[in-house]
Amino acid sequence: MEIDINLSQFHDIFFEESFEGIEVMESELLALSPGTTDKEIINTIFRAAHSIKGSAGTFGFSEISDFTHKIETVLDNMRNDELEITQQLISVLLSAVDALNNILISGKEGKPHDPTLVENVSTQLEEISSNTTTELTSREAVTAHRHKQTEDTDDNPEQRWRIGFFPHEKLFYTGNDPLRLIRELQTLGEFAIKAELDNVPEFDDLDVHNCYLGWRIQIQGQITREQIEEVFAWVEGDCRLEIRKEMERRSTKDRRNEPDHPGRRKNDAEHRSIRVSTDKIDHLLNLVGELVITQSILNRACSDQDIESSEKLLDCLEQLERNTRDLQEQTMSIRMLPVDNVFQRIPRIVHDLSIAQGKQVSLEFSGEATELDKTVLEKIGDPLVHLVRNALDHGIETPVTRASKGKPEQGMIKINASHEGGYVVLRISDDGSGINPDKLLATAIEKNLVAESEELSEMQKQNLIFLPGLSTAAEVSDISGRGVGMDVVKRNISDLGGTVDIWSEQGVGSTFTIRLPLTLAILDGQIVRVGNQIFIIPLHSIRETVMFNDKETNTVAAKAELYKYRDEYIPVTRLHELFNIEPETGNDHPGLLVVFDIGDKHVGILVDDVIGQQQIVIKSLENNYKSVPGLAGATVLGDGSVALILDVLSLTCQSANLLNTG
Amino acid sequence: MASILLVDDSVSMREMVSFTLKEAGHNVIEAEDGVQALDVVQNNAFNLVITDVNMPQMDGITLTGKLRQIDSYKFTPILILTTETSDARKQEGKAAGATGWIEKPFDPDHLLSTVDRVL
Repeated sequence: MEIDINLSQFHDIFFEESFEGIEVMESELLALSPGTTDKEIINTIFRAAHSIKGSAGTFGFSEISDFTHKIETVLDNMRNDELEITQQLISVLLSAVDALNNILISGKEGKPHDPTLVENVSTQLEEISSNTTTELTSREAVTAHRHKQTEDTDDNPEQRWRIGFFPHEKLFYTGNDPLRLIRELQTLGEFAIKAELDNVPEFDDLDVHNCYLGWRIQIQGQITREQIEEVFAWVEGDCRLEIRKEMERRSTKDRRNEPDHPGRRKNDAEHRSIRVSTDKIDHLLNLVGELVITQSILNRACSDQDIESSEKLLDCLEQLERNTRDLQEQTMSIRMLPVDNVFQRIPRIVHDLSIAQGKQVSLEFSGEATELDKTVLEKIGDPLVHLVRNALDHGIETPVTRASKGKPEQGMIKINASHEGGYVVLRISDDGSGINPDKLLATAIEKNLVAESEELSEMQKQNLIFLPGLSTAAEVSDISGRGVGMDVVKRNISDLGGTVDIWSEQGVGSTFTIRLPLTLAILDGQIVRVGNQIFIIPLHSIRETVMFNDKETNTVAAKAELYKYRDEYIPVTRLHELFNIEPETGNDHPGLLVVFDIGDKHVGILVDDVIGQQQIVIKSLENNYKSVPGLAGATVLGDGSVALILDVLSLTCQSANLLNTG
Repeated sequence: MASILLVDDSVSMREMVSFTLKEAGHNVIEAEDGVQALDVVQNNAFNLVITDVNMPQMDGITLTGKLRQIDSYKFTPILILTTETSDARKQEGKAAGATGWIEKPFDPDHLLSTVDRVL
């Protein structure tokens, strides 16, 4: 009978029950004293674990059942006296219950759980049980075995089997009926049967509750021994069973006419996702990148053709371009994961820290679904956690202090992710004490990181926090001081092509803003020309391009050239000066000013001409040459020539420095 | 349509098994453990008993043994719900008189096809 039942309707009740089970496990573990021989407590814990395992498997939560299996194995060893109950063992089990709780919460919310947490406990559990003699058969092994069976059936040639089935007299007392077994066997293939009546007694001696018959069966088809044994599995030991194989090959042609065997097919739904190594994806991404370049070269080559004669060619080319772009987007999206993966680590950290420090903190997330490249995501976890730790450790005050300042006793940490321009922006804000810029400056001067004579704006003072070597031993607590300073946070983020900014107001709180590129591999580029040189500017960073008017510039305090752009003055970098190129720009050709958004400010870069746009594949300069300030990398253009990609942010800084020192 | 007694301490498993069997047109009565099950069989007749193994009060194997001692349950099919990991348990169950077993985890289709084997 085929019945379609949606198991997800039972998920809520499963989770509710499992959380109850976890409570039982936890409280019983706490009641367990080292060295005890009281098996009832262990049995209760075992039952709870076993129940979670069984249900989890049934409802399709294999991670939960696999992990619970490891806990169960240890518990089984305990109740069989193969493990001495020590405080250490109890601690490991308690942390295993914590981890299980964690997986369950993730499962309930439909999110992937943090694998590192679970792996750690798993290893400990496995180590404990590997030291004992008996081990429960692992679920994986059984599953693997089953798969093998299925495969065997698929490749197996036609086989003829002779089966002798002679039930013991008392077979009916197990509730088994030989007729049902024979009927089931019949579904496997071509079937012939003969009953053996030798053991049937005289009528007077007949007991209707006994089984006197035996059978000889011939069956033919793509059948394995395991399949036959499975039919008789329940009566093993309650009968005499002979299974003999007679090999007989039929031509493939015959076999093709045979209908497929129904059932025993793996559910397609199980294959909806597959694991692929990131190497393969990266290789694919690289190939798509090459394809994008080839596409550009092709476009250019065809643009020289006579349009009428090659209309069809152009149509095809357009189609190819669309397909290439779709392919590229899809390929990129393989690597994209929601930032939620990283956010998940945070609640536990905040929970534990706030308890350890006697602080009250509420944690608020938003924009969890925002997606980021996997590599970026993996590397942003530690900096993010560090910033949250800092916020809790140095930012949020104790309830007493907060109350005395007229703030609510409960502090607040907000973490937000969003798209802004071509970037993903993560904001970590707290309503704590903020950063004292003068204290930072004093430390920096004391450590000779800043000259005493230097005059710094509030903003610059706050940014001193990112200077290497600033954090002092006195400031390092056991919480945020893990040998990772803010300079490392900044460096990690810069390595990803991102930036981190701080905004802080004493007594009000701090906000760290991390800006990350969506992806590291391909970007839309604006091609610009300076003299005879071609450069690429990442398109997403460009606000607009305006005609440059020399009369609108002012040089302020002999430091920077400012240009009147709409209602504000923005710093201008003349690219030809920076790279020492002979420009075309002069009185007869004023040039173009490319204006960029940097945070909420604007900067301009002066170029000779803006040529066109093209998708570019970033090739690292560092790998092939060396890192050059102001340049993000290089790329191959449509005509096959190589162009340098400008790194606007570092370019404007560099220009500012140049002007500062010059 | 058959009358089936389902014994399991896990609410979620009971809900799922019961729902599936009812969808297939069977009549299902639930019990939370062996003790409750023995109480229920006093006043009801069943064509099949499906029982979990690990339960508080009385486990499924003890229940199987006790059922076989009741005259009207001598030949009734009894299936135990067990995990693959407990091969020894299957043999214990058989020794106590169980007809067969359904391995956890199982899906509704597997449950129904196994039930069909004994009904």
